[in-house]
Amino acid sequence: MNPDISTNAGPIILERPTMLASGILGISLDVFARLYKEGAGALVTKSLSKEPWEGYPNPTVIGMKSGYLNAVGLANPGAPYFAKMISSNKTVPIIVSLVGSGPEDFTFMIKQFENVKILGYELNLSCPHVEKVGLEVGDDPELVKKIIKSVKRDSKVPVIAKVGLGSSDYLETVRASCDAGIDAITAINTIRAMAIDVETTRPILAHKIGGLSGIPIKPIAVRCVYEICSKFDIPVIGCGGVSSWDDAVEFILAGASAVQIGSAIAEKWIGIFSEINNGISKYMERKNFHKIKDMVGIAKKF
Amino acid sequence: MQRNSDIPNIVKIEKIIDETPTVRTLVFSDEILSKVLPGQFAMVWIPGINELPMSVMIFTEKGKAAFTVRKHGYASTELYSTKVGDQIGVRGPYGNSFTLKQGRLLLVGGGTGLVPLIRLLTFLKKSDDGTLIMGAKTKDEVFFEGLANKLLEQNKHKVIVVTEDGTYGEKGLVTDVLEKLLEETKFDAVYTCGPEKMMHKVVQLATAKKIYAEASIERMMKCGIGMCGSCSFGDVLACKDGTVFNGQFLLANKEFGYTHRNKAGMPEDY
Repeated sequence: MNPDISTNAGPIILERPTMLASGILGISLDVFARLYKEGAGALVTKSLSKEPWEGYPNPTVIGMKSGYLNAVGLANPGAPYFAKMISSNKTVPIIVSLVGSGPEDFTFMIKQFENVKILGYELNLSCPHVEKVGLEVGDDPELVKKIIKSVKRDSKVPVIAKVGLGSSDYLETVRASCDAGIDAITAINTIRAMAIDVETTRPILAHKIGGLSGIPIKPIAVRCVYEICSKFDIPVIGCGGVSSWDDAVEFILAGASAVQIGSAIAEKWIGIFSEINNGISKYMERKNFHKIKDMVGIAKKF
Repeated sequence: MQRNSDIPNIVKIEKIIDETPTVRTLVFSDEILSKVLPGQFAMVWIPGINELPMSVMIFTEKGKAAFTVRKHGYASTELYSTKVGDQIGVRGPYGNSFTLKQGRLLLVGGGTGLVPLIRLLTFLKKSDDGTLIMGAKTKDEVFFEGLANKLLEQNKHKVIVVTEDGTYGEKGLVTDVLEKLLEETKFDAVYTCGPEKMMHKVVQLATAKKIYAEASIERMMKCGIGMCGSCSFGDVLACKDGTVFNGQFLLANKEFGYTHRNKAGMPEDY
């Protein structure tokens, strides 16, 4: 019998444990449908704001010796347009990522999606390169609590908080999220970083400082998932440098119920979802795991 | 050390060729970019200004490549205004390329859209019959005519220049000339690059005659590597799945010829 790779992060039920991470490819319903067909268990949109944002000038994304550095600046077409764009969706499991400065922003955006079929919301409390939103919110546990309480009141679907490494203890952000009734946590976002070109002596990104993603941040992300799962009773979605099936399994063993994939898409393109799903399935068969749940967090017992 | 194609490689502008009063070709040394396939592009960093996707232009000397840029917006004007010795960063090459067919090949280009078609000419076999239709608004804006003729020296060929105001070559639009040509000759493939409305018409005309067609499309690009999604075009990404698509695919894509996305990712009409 084939192992069952369906999973759930609390109330968020997924056919497959590999999700598209926010910020990657997330502006077109047609592209979402294609990625779903390619094996993604859910698609997280780009972080949407109240109004359309153009983002920063280029360079916004560049390669590193390992991984990627980006300061796209949360470019997005805005929640009202986006809600209309995906309103015809019936089959694709979409999680809408939202970014804002206070409860009112989120109330406005959630209103736009009232009659749209979505799986849930992911609140971006951790973008490292845009002022007044993202990490600046995530670093303030009281504000996080206020926002999540308000979002939970407004939303009819589950709500995830995406946390990252800012200037305060990220575990306090997780605690505040749990206290406010969050349904799950995504950990982690990109990590504040920069690159300087030695020939021109200039920072390469137009925004100078951006976020590091991909392979180099994976061990940090695994540690965070492990810490969150050890300290809190909350479903976690692992994100950060997943580029092969064993990376995904590692996150699950650390305590994640599902993983998100981002940077690896640049290297391996969209076949990555089925590649990882198949790899997880083969591993489960070999190790005699029947369900994803059988593996979640078992590294903690050592 | 092996070069990581996603990190900008700094090169110096070595030579500048004025093609028209608003178009220049900037030559630099880069072994990898000198050998790209027709249709492939690079992301070009103008330090302190911006980074732009540019189709890679050929240059006759070994190990050299070029960009042909029209001053238009802020960033392209800054690139156009660079001087010999200035540094730019290049990463890539990215994207797919035109499918090389054999026989009677017809290339239709407008403006800087000629760049990948000129490179395509260097891939023609001696037995291929090459026809290039190139469009411009007026005589002053015609460029690459001599170069195209020279590249096709060994082939049975024709280079047809079309200007909208009739100040040089034939008068009208490239698609007018194309329509006539398709009536007279049975081509084996049509390749096009230029303004999207033009490409749309070219693909429609070729497809109506059951001729294989390909177009290299342009979209707002930020990363160039299939991450940011800015160049979403229906269910494909121009940077990773393209920039070259075949006619059948293009005519089924609702955005082709009609809409493209702005910096925020919202569709805008052409």
